[in-house]
Amino acid sequence: MKDDPTQVPASEDGAEEPGVPGFRSWRGVYAFVLGLFVLDVVLLAAFTRWFR
Amino acid sequence: MNALDWLVLLGTMLGIAAYGTWRTRHTDNLNTYLKGSRTTKWGTIGLSVMATQASTITYLSLPGQAYESGIAFIQNYFGLPLALVIVCAVFLPIYRRLGVYTAYEYLGRRFDTKTRLLGAFLFLLQRGLQSGITIYAPSIILSTVLGWRLDLTILFTGLLVIVYTVTGGSAAVNLTQKWQMAVIFGGMVTAFVVLIMRLPADAAPIAGAMGKLEAVDFTPDLERRYTFWSGMLGGLFLSLSYFGTDQTQVQRYLGGASVREGRLGLMFNAVFKVPMQLFIVLLGAGLFVFYQFQPDTPVFFNQTEWQRHAAGPHAERFRAIEAEHAVRHAEQLARIRAWVAARDSGDAQLEAQARAEMRTAQAAVNAVRAEARAALKDADPRAKLKDSDYVFITFILGQLPHGVIGLLIAVMFASALSSKAGELNALGTASTIDIWRHFRPLAAHDEARNVRNAKWFTALWGLFAIGFALLVSFAENLIEFLNIIASIFYPALLGVFVVAFFLKKVGGSAVFWAAVAAQTVVIGIYFYGKANPAHEIGYLWLNPIGVGACVLFSLVLQALIGARGRRATA
Repeated sequence: MKDDPTQVPASEDGAEEPGVPGFRSWRGVYAFVLGLFVLDVVLLAAFTRWFR
Repeated sequence: MNALDWLVLLGTMLGIAAYGTWRTRHTDNLNTYLKGSRTTKWGTIGLSVMATQASTITYLSLPGQAYESGIAFIQNYFGLPLALVIVCAVFLPIYRRLGVYTAYEYLGRRFDTKTRLLGAFLFLLQRGLQSGITIYAPSIILSTVLGWRLDLTILFTGLLVIVYTVTGGSAAVNLTQKWQMAVIFGGMVTAFVVLIMRLPADAAPIAGAMGKLEAVDFTPDLERRYTFWSGMLGGLFLSLSYFGTDQTQVQRYLGGASVREGRLGLMFNAVFKVPMQLFIVLLGAGLFVFYQFQPDTPVFFNQTEWQRHAAGPHAERFRAIEAEHAVRHAEQLARIRAWVAARDSGDAQLEAQARAEMRTAQAAVNAVRAEARAALKDADPRAKLKDSDYVFITFILGQLPHGVIGLLIAVMFASALSSKAGELNALGTASTIDIWRHFRPLAAHDEARNVRNAKWFTALWGLFAIGFALLVSFAENLIEFLNIIASIFYPALLGVFVVAFFLKKVGGSAVFWAAVAAQTVVIGIYFYGKANPAHEIGYLWLNPIGVGACVLFSLVLQALIGARGRRATA
């Protein structure tokens, strides 16, 4: 095996602030995005049920 | 199309291409040429990622698919948001830290040369084959309905994209894709608004009652092509492969000003991709309702193909089918109106009975449409039987005002150019960095020569795509076949990347042979399913199976290699 690039320094591995108002870390951004997706699915399921 | 339509079409297409060429004409730095300007912000990256993924087929065929089968296709995108989060958290920081041009360059650093070449080869193979289709698929539809010459349509599209992609590389691709997406959004929203204004008040309940609004299906059935589960799991792996390991996408987000810009560009897609696709399939469901209320709805939407055979020796059969369709269609409309009245009456029993009668009438119309396809096939075994691709374009040409028609045709060309540009840019880059520089290592430091070669490779792939589209007469099932080819080759490639990122003890030889074995397994499952349709699984499931096989085989092979090494040492 050659070098091991999975050892990303903290400064490069998401330590950089997202710079999005209301979010201090990337984890928060990811959680928000996945939360929106869950909301999409819930609304689509309700939509399917409503018009069935 | 009249003069106004032509003005809008040519003005937008040539204007954007000329602007992109002129703004990036002095691109002679390798980094800028292959990765784009390092000042690229997240908005441009986000639109570029979206434009590369969505080809003309997305805007032309998806509404037709929803017309035919409802909006369940939306589930195909359910794995995408999670996949993009994983790409942002794992793939992107590593690519950026290493400063690679291609995803396969990373495989060379993590494993060895043969694994890098395997990755690049798999990418060039599938993208090279698909590059012809990206031009051919929209050209055949537009030339059929507009009466243009197919060869000239292919040449115009292909040469236009070659000019600005070769001139400005990634910088030109990013710049033009932004404007092309503006044209696409503007055109699609306009078409949607016009459609909504022409729909009856009960359009949504009608579409729902006729089975077109079933967006989510939680049935755990492996044989159903689109369910929540296949979309989440299969879609996750498919999206991970596409966004994490396919150079057409990797190149788009590597060019950002920083990791942050790349991540935000991808998050933009994670948030808006599902709603955007929903908008497109809802357009199709709306078209379905619209055409139920049109007395002259054709039995077969590809009227050019239909009329070509209707005038032949089987004319009598074709006329009989048209007459039968007119009767069934009118009957269906009467049943729809009866159902709306029953629903408004509030009588549940009456509503259920009217709904059943409406569905029976719908089945009768579908049976006539199936008979129409059978008649076409009998008249000409090579006839194009899939008419759903022609539903939206029929609406555009028949129902939209002049000027807007030109805008919508511009949407189709803009989407073809934007996805084609992303493809050519990536094919040229992988050919230069992973193949040419491998065999000419001493030339790696000659920047001007690298840029020159990248331009040549981009142009050659463009000419290959044009030649492929011109010379090969694609059958409809060949287009589907090549799409499935991509689904067959992605899993092993993603498996290699998963091993690279998460299994630090596995080396190059183990992962290389594991990928070859996993590829064999996936191909075996696919052909077994084709030979035994009762056991065929939806193609999305090949993705988790292939990735799982590659990871498992890597671990086993690495254990065997390690044990052999220890015995040799002892």
